[in-house]
Amino acid sequence: MEFLQSIDWMQLLRCFVVGGIICIIGQILIDKTKLTPARILVIFVTLGAILGGLGIYKYLIDFAGCGATVPLTGFGANLAKGAIEAVQENGLLGAFIGGVKASAGGIAAAVFFGYLASLISKPKMKKQ
Amino acid sequence: MNPIETQQQYSDYVDKKSPNSPILKNCFNAFWVGGLICSIGQIIFDFCKYKELDVTASNTVVSIVLIGIAAFLTGLNIFNKIGKFAGAGSLIPITGFANSIVSPAIEYKSEGYVMGVGGKMFTVAGPVLVFGISASVIIGIIATLFS
Repeated sequence: MEFLQSIDWMQLLRCFVVGGIICIIGQILIDKTKLTPARILVIFVTLGAILGGLGIYKYLIDFAGCGATVPLTGFGANLAKGAIEAVQENGLLGAFIGGVKASAGGIAAAVFFGYLASLISKPKMKKQ
Repeated sequence: MNPIETQQQYSDYVDKKSPNSPILKNCFNAFWVGGLICSIGQIIFDFCKYKELDVTASNTVVSIVLIGIAAFLTGLNIFNKIGKFAGAGSLIPITGFANSIVSPAIEYKSEGYVMGVGGKMFTVAGPVLVFGISASVIIGIIATLFS
């Protein structure tokens, strides 16, 4: 198949390793600290936004592709990148438009699929 | 057995008797499951590029597809099993964000479709959005000052 030939296997390996390492950092936070998952997610998103704002995170994205964009740090970096790009276009207004605009697809998908999936499933019964 | 006299001896004794924390195993599982989820994303990304979408659009498609898959796997109660095994491996990728929306929504379904499902969806995802979006606004304001 033509598509399979177009896959860059080295890129895929870098993606696997970097994505895995970011998850290890999260796992160490879970095991070694008393942070709740919600706090860890918040830390990752905020950290990603800061690294994205400083322009550091894009080097990781260049290197690892989805290994950097799929973890929640990538979500944060995308918010920051969107805000900065919109500021260059619209000035201060962009600070309020850009972030959400850049991640609108993800947010809308999460809300829509989240609601849909909740509707089709039953609350699980606790086994005694 | 010698009596335990000092604090140091006691903590050595506790270390010896308590089971080894499975942190290495947890990290290994988190590594390969997290890496695998990212790789699935990369393959979707490559497919989008193959279909001649631009980078931004491809990234959005990757997010939407992974979120959709994770939401439905959570609904079918499969994702929670993966989560138990992989820990941060399924929490840190965007799939964990989707899972954090669907899990409480299902749990509070009995409280109704508006306040139960609609409201509780955001018990974990809400803070993520609050901090993420606030950070992006602050960064945007700082960028305005420097441009």
